[in-house]
Amino acid sequence: MFTVDLLFNALIAGVLLGGFYAAVSLGLTVSFGQLNIVNIAHPAFVILGSYIAYMCNSLWGLDPILTGIIFIPVFFLIGAGAYRLYYESFERKDDEALRGLAFFFGVMFIIEVALIMVYGVDFRTVQASYIGQSWKAGGIGVPTRMFVPFCVAIAMFSAVYLYMSRTFNGRAIKAVAQDRLALQLMGADPVKIKQLGFGISIGTAALAGALLIIIIPVEPSVGRLYIGQVFAIAVLAGLGSIPGTLVAGLILGIAESLVSTFFGPSWAPAVAFGILLAALAFRPQGLFGR
Amino acid sequence: MKWPAVKLSPFWLCAAVIALLGIAVTIFDLFNINTFIFFAGYVVLQYVVLATAWNIMGGYMGYVNFGTAGFFAVGAYASVVLYNLFQAPLALMIPFAGVVCALLGLAMGYLTLRLRGVFFAIATLAMAIVLETLIINWEFVGGATGAYILRSREQAPFGDYIEFLFFVMLLLAIFAVSVARWLELSRTGRGFVAIRDDEIAAECAGVPTLRLKLIATTVSGFLMGVAGAPFALYVSFIEPSSAFNLIYAVNAIAMPMIGGATTWLGPVIGALLLGTVQQVATVTISSELNLLIVGVVLVFFVIVAPEGIVGLLKKWFGGRRDDR
Repeated sequence: MFTVDLLFNALIAGVLLGGFYAAVSLGLTVSFGQLNIVNIAHPAFVILGSYIAYMCNSLWGLDPILTGIIFIPVFFLIGAGAYRLYYESFERKDDEALRGLAFFFGVMFIIEVALIMVYGVDFRTVQASYIGQSWKAGGIGVPTRMFVPFCVAIAMFSAVYLYMSRTFNGRAIKAVAQDRLALQLMGADPVKIKQLGFGISIGTAALAGALLIIIIPVEPSVGRLYIGQVFAIAVLAGLGSIPGTLVAGLILGIAESLVSTFFGPSWAPAVAFGILLAALAFRPQGLFGR
Repeated sequence: MKWPAVKLSPFWLCAAVIALLGIAVTIFDLFNINTFIFFAGYVVLQYVVLATAWNIMGGYMGYVNFGTAGFFAVGAYASVVLYNLFQAPLALMIPFAGVVCALLGLAMGYLTLRLRGVFFAIATLAMAIVLETLIINWEFVGGATGAYILRSREQAPFGDYIEFLFFVMLLLAIFAVSVARWLELSRTGRGFVAIRDDEIAAECAGVPTLRLKLIATTVSGFLMGVAGAPFALYVSFIEPSSAFNLIYAVNAIAMPMIGGATTWLGPVIGALLLGTVQQVATVTISSELNLLIVGVVLVFFVIVAPEGIVGLLKKWFGGRRDDR
């Protein structure tokens, strides 16, 4: 069964998949890692992004990536609003541990059921010129439906990384969970900064969702399958580290691709969990943890 | 630690009356109840067990378990394994499923409970998905296609087999609530509450936090497994997507939250209320809308009434109604 071509194909697919995983996890790195908000509904927002891309694509033939970019501001506003609600209801009362988690769990469930009610449980796909082609060199093929999302994911990554490291607000987002008081002394409002950060985190879900539906068909409950992946990546990355997220995403992508090539695709979901448990048990501070 | 309430306290009186009532309606067909009521009642009682089990970890200690569906399904599949091996009777399935899930809970807790509570929550969520993957790939218990469990149509002296299962689940519910209440009133339970309020302070005060957390996950896992054990017999056809249905996880969180997560009574009230509403709504309206209602009610309650119905009652009756 084992051939060099197969191995190289699996590696390339893994790298492409990993870049995409990293894009899906980026929002969680910001919300969970940097803002300390455990948004388990994040994959559900990603799926919501996928369905918006699907809707615009099937109604008006709009390009999914373009749709994703157009909807970033909309998701940003949703995220900012959701944080406001979260802050007023839980964080201010210091009650986020139990009820905050239950809140996001409820939100995840509502998004999933609402999508099922509107679109049913059928798998949905999008149409675009770059889907269905593939470049070949010898026995090694690179499918464009993986390559294009990978490039977009890297671009989104770079943009968020630059924003977080070069601008005042970006640095404030990184600082807010560590030392609120110091941030206030710098003249920034911690609640507004967290609102901005959470808005960005949900905003990335719009584009990540569009990438997801380009790569594979989507149905409402697949969001839950990604919870293992995104949290595995966020933890392995060392909570809050953006370059770490990319590295962890690539590790997971390659590991999953190798497992599904050589052991069968039905085992792939167990890889994320294995990595997550191993990370929690042996290195909870992650690869790039402080 | 002395065993509380050997003399007949109101709690035990109520439990005895409910058990006798259960015998009366199942064996002697008092009131001549329609079989469907038992069919639906079984599900409601199953939620009493699941919600109570969840609450030991979530309500008393503040550690959220998202993997109720995983524990439940492992309990159900443990029964399937025994059934496939030597057609084991239900009396053997229940303790076996409980022990398997208790060990699962212990292992989960041991791996994640030394970290921040949120990691436990995430790990349970991912665990449910991986267990489902394992079951899907395990042909012995039917894999993705599912497995049939043949049950006898009748079980003397209960008449219909569903009536028998209803009675079993009633006993399990009484057992689960008694365990939860006993834990709550004991020294262990006070340790749980100390962990919920401030884990570091509890640790400093000499509360053995890790040991208590492990006790809680083990007991909670045991009860969830016990709730799942008769499931295969109840549906007579089991497949991964029904056993691992997210609705179990959502309900196990929503019911204590709605009832009031700090006392044993909360999950019971929540499960009876929400469980009954769901059974009625599934028949009269659609089942998707019914799921949506659960999600909305959960979010509504955690925002507006964080102490649940028990908290509201206490507020209205000025704290006089302390049901201990």
